[in-house]
Amino acid sequence: MALYSEKVMDHFRNPRNVGVLEDANGVGEVGNAKCGDIMKIYLKVEDGVIADVKFETFGCGSAIASSSMATELIKGKPLSDALTLTNQAVTEALDGLPAHKIHCSVLAEEAIKRAVLDYYKREGIEYDKDLFKDVECDHDAD
Amino acid sequence: MQVYLDNAATTKMSRAAIDAMIPYLDSVYANPSALHSMGQRAKEALEEARASVAACLGARSDEIYFTSGGSEADNQAILSAAMIGARKGKKHIVTTAFEHHAVLHTLAKLEKQGFTVTYLDVGRKGNITAQQVADAITEETCLVTTMFANNEIGSVLPIAEIGAVCRERKVLFHTDAVQAVGHIPVNVGQMNIDMLSLSGHKFHGPKGVGVLYARKGVALSSLIEGGAQERSRRAGTENVAGIAALAAALREATDHLEENADKVKALRDKLICGLSHIPHSVLNGDRQYRLPGNVHFCFEGIEGESLLLLLDEYGIEASSGSACTSGSLDPSHVLLAIGHPHEIAHGSLRLTLSEYTTEEEIDYALDVIPQVVARLRAMSPIWRDKTEGKKAFLL
Repeated sequence: MALYSEKVMDHFRNPRNVGVLEDANGVGEVGNAKCGDIMKIYLKVEDGVIADVKFETFGCGSAIASSSMATELIKGKPLSDALTLTNQAVTEALDGLPAHKIHCSVLAEEAIKRAVLDYYKREGIEYDKDLFKDVECDHDAD
Repeated sequence: MQVYLDNAATTKMSRAAIDAMIPYLDSVYANPSALHSMGQRAKEALEEARASVAACLGARSDEIYFTSGGSEADNQAILSAAMIGARKGKKHIVTTAFEHHAVLHTLAKLEKQGFTVTYLDVGRKGNITAQQVADAITEETCLVTTMFANNEIGSVLPIAEIGAVCRERKVLFHTDAVQAVGHIPVNVGQMNIDMLSLSGHKFHGPKGVGVLYARKGVALSSLIEGGAQERSRRAGTENVAGIAALAAALREATDHLEENADKVKALRDKLICGLSHIPHSVLNGDRQYRLPGNVHFCFEGIEGESLLLLLDEYGIEASSGSACTSGSLDPSHVLLAIGHPHEIAHGSLRLTLSEYTTEEEIDYALDVIPQVVARLRAMSPIWRDKTEGKKAFLL
């Protein structure tokens, strides 16, 4: 069996939504260079909907594929969908990841959450702190 | 185009090695311990192979022990020396920080049993001096074990000088020569090597067969108990076909050593020269004392596994010391040993050539690799931060 599913390889070869959004109103970055993974998500939220999303990733094949899939899963969706996106959903959409690569899907989930949090903060929108307790501190973002 | 640049991992078998193997799978399949004539023919093949390997290494036939490969030979050499040392109350071993895990993990086991191990610093260049070895040897030292050449970054160690130091100080010297044998000159007598490990599949022989050379008088302990094969130092029916093929491959490699090395070096240097033009990259390993077929770079801002996967898409088979390829969180201990921070060590690429590598393949690699590096950098947030001046370049 190959290391990665065909879905993972497809998203790795042809990543969707890669790049930077100059007019993003929510940006989230997770991971660190020491561990070999950094993911950055750019959101353009309009009327509570994710009008556009882009990502940049430094990392392995599954990290790139996870970010690509995660952006695809939330693009054009209400912001609430981005908040409920789980790493399991990303993994399933990729037809699975090897056990030692599951953390890549976790990074994708956290990068999106952090981008949403950034959006709320920028816009001065009240939010439920409990939803962000895992990503609130950014001690590992350097 | 399919370009195999992972010859330090394993090589394709040569025609001569395959041809040498077939008779012992096919017609002369008897157990070499058997008394009947087919058994005796297998035994002859075994002893011819032993004599041939001995001749290629400058050893005697009765100093050659066939094993399952380089790892087994490393384990047996080190544990044997430790047994000899322990009997004399000497429990100190000198090695380097960038050995293969077959050596490092065996030493870690000995440390748990009360041995102390000195890991020599390999510096940024990735090499050691005989003086470092001399300085590390104490009255308690029972073994010096250093690799002949590094499997990742290709540095070739000053083995003859280290051997001379060990001989003078009367300390056993083992070298893991898995990457060296068949590629650069190795002579156990001239280099004062007491024990040496090699592996058949690194020089176009088969996998699953290796050699431990142990100088006459060095008392080997067996790892595997059983029959009296290999002069009771390694039980188990001999892998006759594999051994015959290993001997044929080594003979072929030894006979063409210089011409192969010259050819491979020229391609290696072309590849190094071309890849050096990629900005914010570094060639790892000793530039001067380097395996003929080794090219090893770190590229800033990208991660090794994605680099390998993308190169594979282009048909280029390579290797990396990145953590993601090994399933562990830490990148290669070799790259950390030469002083690279984790971030740089993650972006490593090892390209290893053989005499089967062609100039056309190197030209193709030189066309593809810079594109692939650029493509990954273009989607890397860390690269963006560096190019926009928000973070400093490390290379």
